[in-house]
Amino acid sequence: MSHPVLEVKNLSVSFGSREGALTAVNDISFHVDRGEVLGLVGESGSGKSVTGLAILGLIDAPGRIGANSSIRLDGQELVGMPEHELRRLRGRKLAMIFQDPMTTLNPVLRIDTQMIEAVTAHENVSERAARARAREALQRVGIPSPDERLLAYPHQFSGGMRQRVAIAIALLHRPALLVADEPTTALDVTIQAQIISEVQELASQTGTAMVWVTHDLSVVAGLADRVAVMYAGRIVEQGSVVDVLERPLHPYAHGLIGSVPSRNKRGSPLAQIPGMTPSLGRLPPGCAFHPRCPRATDICRGEWPEATAYPGGRTARCYHPHLENEVAA
Amino acid sequence: MLVYLIRRIAQAMLVIAVMATLVFFAVYAIGNPIDVLASPQADQIELAAISQRLGLDRPLWEQFGIFVWNALRGDLGTSFVYAEPAAKLILQRLPATFELAFTALAIAVFVGIPLGVYAGLNPDSLGGRSIMGGSILGFSLPNFWQGLMLILIFAVILGWFPAGGRGQTATVLGIESALFTLDGLKHLILPAMNLALFKMALVIRLARAGTREVALQDYVRFARAKGLSRSRIVGVHILKNILIPVVTILGLELGSMIAFAVVTETVFAYPGMGKLLIDSIGRLDRPIVVAYLMMTVVIFVVINLVVDIIYAAIDPRVRLSEVKG
Ligand SMILES: Nc1ncnc2c1ncn2[C@@H]1O[C@H](COP(=O)(O)OP(=O)(O)OP(=O)(O)O)[C@@H](O)[C@H]1O
Ligand code: SF4
Ligand SMILES: [Mg+2]
Repeated sequence: MSHPVLEVKNLSVSFGSREGALTAVNDISFHVDRGEVLGLVGESGSGKSVTGLAILGLIDAPGRIGANSSIRLDGQELVGMPEHELRRLRGRKLAMIFQDPMTTLNPVLRIDTQMIEAVTAHENVSERAARARAREALQRVGIPSPDERLLAYPHQFSGGMRQRVAIAIALLHRPALLVADEPTTALDVTIQAQIISEVQELASQTGTAMVWVTHDLSVVAGLADRVAVMYAGRIVEQGSVVDVLERPLHPYAHGLIGSVPSRNKRGSPLAQIPGMTPSLGRLPPGCAFHPRCPRATDICRGEWPEATAYPGGRTARCYHPHLENEVAA
Repeated sequence: MLVYLIRRIAQAMLVIAVMATLVFFAVYAIGNPIDVLASPQADQIELAAISQRLGLDRPLWEQFGIFVWNALRGDLGTSFVYAEPAAKLILQRLPATFELAFTALAIAVFVGIPLGVYAGLNPDSLGGRSIMGGSILGFSLPNFWQGLMLILIFAVILGWFPAGGRGQTATVLGIESALFTLDGLKHLILPAMNLALFKMALVIRLARAGTREVALQDYVRFARAKGLSRSRIVGVHILKNILIPVVTILGLELGSMIAFAVVTETVFAYPGMGKLLIDSIGRLDRPIVVAYLMMTVVIFVVINLVVDIIYAAIDPRVRLSEVKG
């Protein structure tokens, strides 16, 4: 009961290549409490998707999870769990939805096939009962005439409808945790908003906690309770949405949110930060952000700064944080 | 769907008409059958008599006209050598060749797909590499040589199977076939293997490439995230997607298997259509060659049509767009 739903400690994921291992996720720790939504933000390539896949145990060779990594779901360790046990958790206690609804459903299988198999993978029920469950799930995500839609193929659905189907599948078994990897990025703005509010409502009904990966700060502001900001495979700052979005400590987070007046901050996409996203193969020594950081000094080029705790349960990895933002206003 | 079918059938008819013209004139250009048919001692009068009897003395366009007219009535000419209708002679050999081609196809599919999928899922494993290595051999060694090796190893050295010929046939449900007797099957295995090897190598490559590509798709990842078993993911989600290219190519290849069973039939002295063709070319038995080529064209066209229909049946996206179009 005292466990968080998800507790990730010192998670590292590396991909072996000829030139040596690339560390896509480097020693990150975070937790998600029951019913809570954690927003995971960062530039492209910062390791958000890899983090999500690692939680589901879907990192394939040549990817490897680092030795000290720990991922606990309701207190149960997932790292090193045998595949057949992990399989029983996936789709039942742990679910994931992906960015592109055009590609997450199998194009040659009917919707009913894809939904029924998701039911029967975890429950020993008749095909009839499974179909009824599938029908009900489609109804819950607002798909009209579900009986008819069950017989359709994915290409007969719009993008928004497909993502609704994926969400319906993901929530079939009322999972404890849903990892949503930018599920609305590929959709129109109005549909985005609808889907986000639907997922939010469904998740609160089923008590599902969520890790929501996104580029869009307005989504984080509207949906998440806490937020973790990733840069080059590390979490550089995490804390409550209000703290991080309104009063970022880390210069990278500060840059992301930009210098727009605070009223508009929440509705804006990530601001562009001058400079290039570093490639994982050639990370600069020390704090990987230093070539782009306006506050960088010599010390930043030495070692990565440790994660430091600040009031309000936030942490940041920086030698020169925006301390003027430290105390709650 | 009906409009689509009618359009496709009209196309097929056109192809057959064009091919008929080409085939007739091409075969005409091969040589004068009189030189082969008549005895060397024959004099001018005898030669003229034979020419007249076979209709070879008439102008080319007239011969073509007669050929088209007869072909439209289903008569593809009479063999110069056997003095029997060419179509009948070929049809007698057809079952043997079909047996061979379909058995070979079945071997290629039921052995090739599992091997290819395995190699696609485990590209770096020893098994995966060996399968790929084997398929390269299947591609690069000449077909007749593979046939000779099969005979040498399995017929001569091991003595497991007969070295050639077609075995006994039996009639089941009105179909006479060597597939229904043990002796027939024994005779069929080696030539079918020989004919299958190249196609099997092709299927392995297609299945492997398809599997590697499909395994990386989001929908496979999503299927895993749903907690499906590996056998379900491979056997349903991956297999159904790779079947589309495999069926398309194999369907097209089936035609070539029937048409070019020639080499295998020759190596194994197997009495099919291919062997008849080779013999007839040697004797310049023009009607048989023409009839064979015409029937092959028809078989090709029909197979293409059937493949398109099967294709539409397994890929819902094609099905829908064709219905609309
Ligand atoms: N299978 C893989 N093999 C090798 N490298 C990989 C693999 N998957 C991811 N990576 C690397 O890991 C890094 C992080 O990728 P990830 O997909 O997590 O980024 P992301 O934060 O999700 O970006 P985006 O916003 O573009 O989705 C990238 O540099 C990527 O090249
Ligand atoms: S550690 Fe230095 S370089 Fe890195 S973010 Fe902080 S100030 Fe900038
Ligand atoms: Mg991503």
